[in-house]
Amino acid sequence: MYKATIFVTLKESVLDPQGVAVKGSLHSLGYAEVKDVRIGKRIEVLIESDNRRKAEQQVREICEKVLSNPVIEQFRFELEEVA
Amino acid sequence: MRFAVPVFPGSNCDLDCVHAIEDVLQEPVEPVWHQEEDVSRFDAIILPGGFSYGDYLRTGALARFSPVMKGVKQAAESGKLVIGICNGFQILLEMGLLPGAMLTNDHLQFRCEMQTLIVENVETPFTCKYAPGEAIRIPIAHMSGNYFCDPSTLAELKQNGQIVFRYAGDNPNGSIEKIAGICNRKRNVLGMMPHPERAIADWMGSEDGKKLFQSMFAYWKENCGAA
Amino acid sequence: MQREQTVMKSKSAISEPAPEIIREQKLFKEMGLTEAEYEQIIGLLGRLPNWTEVGIYSVMWSEHCSYKNSKPLLKRFPTEGPRVLQGPGEGAGVIDIGDGQAVVFKIESHNHPSAIEPFQGAATGVGGIIRDVFSMGARPVALLNSLRFGNLSSPRVRYLFDQVVAGIAHYGNCIGIPTVGGEVMFDDCYEGNPLVNAMCVGILNHEDLQKGIASGTGNPVIYVGASTGRDGIHGATFASEELNEGSEEKRPAVQVGDPFMEKLLLEACLEMVKKGILLGIQDMGAAGLTCSSAEMAAKGGQGLDLNLDLVPQREEGMTPYEIMLSESQERMLLVVEQGREQEIKEICDKWGLQSAVVGRVTEGNRYRIFHGGKIVADIPVNTLVDDAPVYVREGRVPDYYQAYQNIRAEEAFLDVSPQEALDKVISSINTGSKRYVYRQYDHMVRTSTAVCPGSDAAVIVVRGTEKALAMSTDGNGRYVYLDPVQGGRIAVAEAARNVVCAGAVPLGITDCLNFGNPEKPEVYWQLSQSIDGMAEACRILETPVVGGNVSLYNETKGEPIYPTPVVGMVGLVEKREHITTSAFKRAGDAILLLGETFAELGGSELQHALTGEVRGRAPVCDLEKEKALYKVVLAAIQKGWVSSAHDASEGGLAVALAESCIDGQKGAEVTIQTSLAPIVHLFSESQSRVILSVPDEYVEEVHQLAEKNGVACSRIGRVTQEAHLSIAVNGTRVIGSDVAELTKRWEEAIPCAMNPSSTLTN
Repeated sequence: MYKATIFVTLKESVLDPQGVAVKGSLHSLGYAEVKDVRIGKRIEVLIESDNRRKAEQQVREICEKVLSNPVIEQFRFELEEVA
Repeated sequence: MRFAVPVFPGSNCDLDCVHAIEDVLQEPVEPVWHQEEDVSRFDAIILPGGFSYGDYLRTGALARFSPVMKGVKQAAESGKLVIGICNGFQILLEMGLLPGAMLTNDHLQFRCEMQTLIVENVETPFTCKYAPGEAIRIPIAHMSGNYFCDPSTLAELKQNGQIVFRYAGDNPNGSIEKIAGICNRKRNVLGMMPHPERAIADWMGSEDGKKLFQSMFAYWKENCGAA
Repeated sequence: MQREQTVMKSKSAISEPAPEIIREQKLFKEMGLTEAEYEQIIGLLGRLPNWTEVGIYSVMWSEHCSYKNSKPLLKRFPTEGPRVLQGPGEGAGVIDIGDGQAVVFKIESHNHPSAIEPFQGAATGVGGIIRDVFSMGARPVALLNSLRFGNLSSPRVRYLFDQVVAGIAHYGNCIGIPTVGGEVMFDDCYEGNPLVNAMCVGILNHEDLQKGIASGTGNPVIYVGASTGRDGIHGATFASEELNEGSEEKRPAVQVGDPFMEKLLLEACLEMVKKGILLGIQDMGAAGLTCSSAEMAAKGGQGLDLNLDLVPQREEGMTPYEIMLSESQERMLLVVEQGREQEIKEICDKWGLQSAVVGRVTEGNRYRIFHGGKIVADIPVNTLVDDAPVYVREGRVPDYYQAYQNIRAEEAFLDVSPQEALDKVISSINTGSKRYVYRQYDHMVRTSTAVCPGSDAAVIVVRGTEKALAMSTDGNGRYVYLDPVQGGRIAVAEAARNVVCAGAVPLGITDCLNFGNPEKPEVYWQLSQSIDGMAEACRILETPVVGGNVSLYNETKGEPIYPTPVVGMVGLVEKREHITTSAFKRAGDAILLLGETFAELGGSELQHALTGEVRGRAPVCDLEKEKALYKVVLAAIQKGWVSSAHDASEGGLAVALAESCIDGQKGAEVTIQTSLAPIVHLFSESQSRVILSVPDEYVEEVHQLAEKNGVACSRIGRVTQEAHLSIAVNGTRVIGSDVAELTKRWEEAIPCAMNPSSTLTN
């Protein structure tokens, strides 16, 4: 069994209104050092598999196909073997 | 002219669309459960608004994998009319039948109100009954209507006359160049955030949505309606 | 005896306090039971109750489920009428609207959860009231709400307001039921204890009417919907206590609403209703599985066995206590005839919902809970429902009441210029436009909304008929605080006036009684007196109470909120052409004022906006006059004489005129003759007044109609094309404002208060 921890974020070129709003709030709280905030999703997926490479391939596929929208989003993931 | 209105779990404007066709055109219209793959018996498809699959993951992202969307794709490819309204527009973007993507409104709030639109292109099957540049009043109701595409796509949209509706006045959601609705290059697939089915009677506050459905009917009658 | 032994052993096995320990250490107190109540339970069972049983009694006997503090008072409400198909006691009230159709509606509070977690608290409040309506077999067609917050100058209040509205929007928009109306008021007394009351209106065909009842020995009890988790355990008890410093920690896992799941549940249940499969159906709302199953069994005069091992669970290792008391959302309990389980399963499968047979209806009255093959609770079911304690408390007239009776509130304002007053009041957050709120609600989905939020009442048309339904929520806590009898009358009368102004005959009400701690004699007095006022109004105006909710213990740091009964009124518009709004429509129309104006500024918006105070006498509401007024307004509307109708209430005549100008973007030239000071006449909140705009040719008819019914009617001006409001009193012009300027002040009141550091966003 493998556990994939997937991070989906908006591409750099795409405006993130939530991030902008949070940055504004942080500034008004006095955290002037905060230069940028980007908000994304973290998705955990458990995959029944004994082959790491195959699991990795599957995770990539579902990220491309379902979990992210390539027009606006990018993704990366970490894979770890779990009991 | 036979209309199909695919119903996904979480659709909530499906019946409104059915009623709009009944009231405006008095033509046959059927809700089609999303598990049904074959929609070949219909002449046009209306993807309704709502929150298909709760809009979980991304708006419209999961609906595109429903069996009915295979049929919708075939219909679009064969030149039949396909219109996606609000969530329907988001689904069309997710499945790539229209270019671009939808982001959360820039003000981060849901926005529901009567909105003035400018009809930018009347040479489409959906707008042929409108006057060029006509200002029409059609309600909006969405959380994610902030249309986005990259500069080259935008240039292409402009060049091909694919921008069908723009918001007049203040931009209600941050949409790029105030885009409210776009069509594909063949112009038989339209996606729009505003809800024409909510503007078909005087008591609704506007009747400007009627002409959209009447346009579809006129186009069909002229091009395919011999039978 | 044998069985009772087993009951106790199974409990001690899973390390919950043993029955003796519960008694010795008085652990029942933590669940909100008093010593006397605990002793009563021992008497009813003939033994010591175990942990699960104490939990079950504590939620069933909480105020939220048993109305133990309010029951004797609620009996004063008239609940019957020729059109009433279902009064209080089921999920929602039902009133006939002709053609074999009925309207179903109810209002409910979610105050305490919203104070702790405003977004989810408000969202799940909406979800709960929707389930109450569709569990009656009705298609929900509209949502309304009534909200109270502290002052928006506080960042915490802004957060609560923002999140409550977003939570309501989230749930209603997603499930696809239009939020068509409501009200929002701000006052310091709600600072730590906001009020979030949600109302749902549905429509059904008579033959589809359902009940929450378990009948037929051997019939299966079926659980449908979301899995049970540890969220919201003891919510009903929590809702029946005061909020204090420890409330945030005490709150168990917050319930999270899933409107998508509820949409599926709604469609699946309505499909079962249409196919006639159900014998009984009840929402698992407050007190979850316990309340729904116990009430259904008690109503059916049957016993019930529940096997908790079969209940779908989201978390591992849940105890019977946790499963029984969980308030996980989006769950329904059904009873069907034996042999029809498969039909339920097929519908659930289609909608992607899980379902499970979790119990049986039994002979007798035992309510037995099984877990891990053992009985973990065994209770005579009627004792949970019928033997709940009832408290008649002592009331005492508060000191302030007598003092206020002698104050003439108007004296403080005699030097204020009407122009300055209007500018201030129109831009106060209470009077100002609520567009900031309702533009976040999808109020048009289902394409039936004929009058959107912003007018006196919302109106939705009933497809396939000429009929429409008008609806409104109203309740002014200031009046009730100053005088609970008058305030109670006004709450009902104003709600009725609002639907009448929309062209509807008032049908009935649902009420949400938001009060402080009833153990305080002054609060109990407020509760008792205001119920008297409301009951009287309901009787005279022929609007029975068909359902409602009581929310007590609304206090923060020991201070009660204003007593705030909220009335949800539904009215029937016979023909679509009768639908009327408050906006001035035609230049040249005469402006008529129906009703009389007295010096009544106690608890007024003028007083609050200018001084921040609420003192003096509340306006007096003469119910016979009110009834005569309705008759005139309705008849005039139905005859087609009326262009616009608007209730003159908070802010008085001046604000009502301004609002009609703003809504219609027209102007008005008004001339008033009065013995009162101009400021008093223009801002008095005297009741039973309506402003009509009427084409010239009908003015005489309206006059005669009013005279015939004994209603004062005076022509006070005319509607003008030029959007300018001009008001002269006794020959002197006291107000002259461009409607554009008024609109700006009115529109920006809330956005500016929400964004104190900058001007408007957008």
